[in-house]
Amino acid sequence: MKFGVVVFPGSNCDRDCFYVIQDVLKQPVEFIWHKQSQLNGFDCIVIPGGFSYGDYLRCGAIARFSPVMKPVIDFAYEGGLVLGICNGFQVLLESGLLPGAMLRNRDLNFICKYVYIRIENNMTSFTNLYKKGDILKIPIAHYEGNYYIDENDLKTLEENKQVVFRYCSREGDIKPEANPNGALGNIAGIANKEGNVLGMMPHPERCSENELGSGDGFLVFKSIVSWLERK
Amino acid sequence: MFEVKISIMLKKTVADPQGLTVKHALDSLGYKDVDNVRIGKLITMLLKADKKDAAEKQLDKMCRKLLANPIIEDYSFDIKEV
Repeated sequence: MKFGVVVFPGSNCDRDCFYVIQDVLKQPVEFIWHKQSQLNGFDCIVIPGGFSYGDYLRCGAIARFSPVMKPVIDFAYEGGLVLGICNGFQVLLESGLLPGAMLRNRDLNFICKYVYIRIENNMTSFTNLYKKGDILKIPIAHYEGNYYIDENDLKTLEENKQVVFRYCSREGDIKPEANPNGALGNIAGIANKEGNVLGMMPHPERCSENELGSGDGFLVFKSIVSWLERK
Repeated sequence: MFEVKISIMLKKTVADPQGLTVKHALDSLGYKDVDNVRIGKLITMLLKADKKDAAEKQLDKMCRKLLANPIIEDYSFDIKEV
C-alpha cells in the first residue's frame, strides 16, 4: 500500500499529511512534486491544504493545470482513491472531479478554529470506520469554504448520498448557527458518485492524535487503509 | 494586436457580500439611490491575432477553461485593435 502527497508551490499542509500517514498511520508515503507527469504504484493520492499558486485568480484554478493533475485525474477515473483537503478540495472542484464551486466565506473572514461536523455517509472509502451520525471535533482554516452548487445539482448530490460531512453543533444538529462559512446545506465535504474521490474543507491531518486536542480525524486515514485492505 | 479587457462577475444568482457591504457604505455616505452593487474582476491583456473573430474565439476558450469558473461566474470582454 502506498500513499502519495501532492506538493504544489504554496502547499503548506503537505508535511502534516505526510507525518500522519508515515508516523501515525504507519504506511509508506511519498511526496509528489507538481511537475511530475506520471504516477506509479500509488493506492491513494492526497491533495493537501495550503495556498497553491498563492490562490491567484481563484483557489485551485491554476494548480488544476499543473502537470501532476493529468495523471491524478486519470487515476481518479480508474477508481483510484483521491482525498482533497481544504485547498485540495478546491483543486478537485476546479478540476471537475467533484461538482460545485467555492465562494468566499459568508462573512468575508478567514476562519481558523475548531468546528463540529457530522458523518452523513459512512459507506465511502474515507469514512467506513465511522458510524453514521458520528460527530467529529475538527479544525477548519480557510477563506473560501462557502460551498456552492446550483439547485438541480444539489438535488442530485443529496440523492446520491454524496454529502459526506456537514457542519453541526456540538450535539450534532445541522443548523445555520453551526455553519461557519455559509456553505449550502452546511456541506463540509462531498464525494463523487463512485465514492473514490473525497473533498473536505476541515483538516483531519490536524486532529489525528489526541495530544493535539482531538484525534477525531484519524479514522479518515484509517478508513482508507481498511478499504484498501478489503479490496 | 488586440487590447483586451475581460470582466468577470459573480452570477446574478450568487450572493455577493462584498458588493452588499459597499452598497451599505455608499448608503451611509448619503448615496441613497444606489442599488445592486456587485464587485468583480478585471483582467487586461494584449493578444496577438490576425482577425478579430479569431481573437474572440480564443478569448472565449480562455475564459471557459481558466479565467472564469462557469459554475459561479459570468464573463464578458471588450476587444480593440491596436
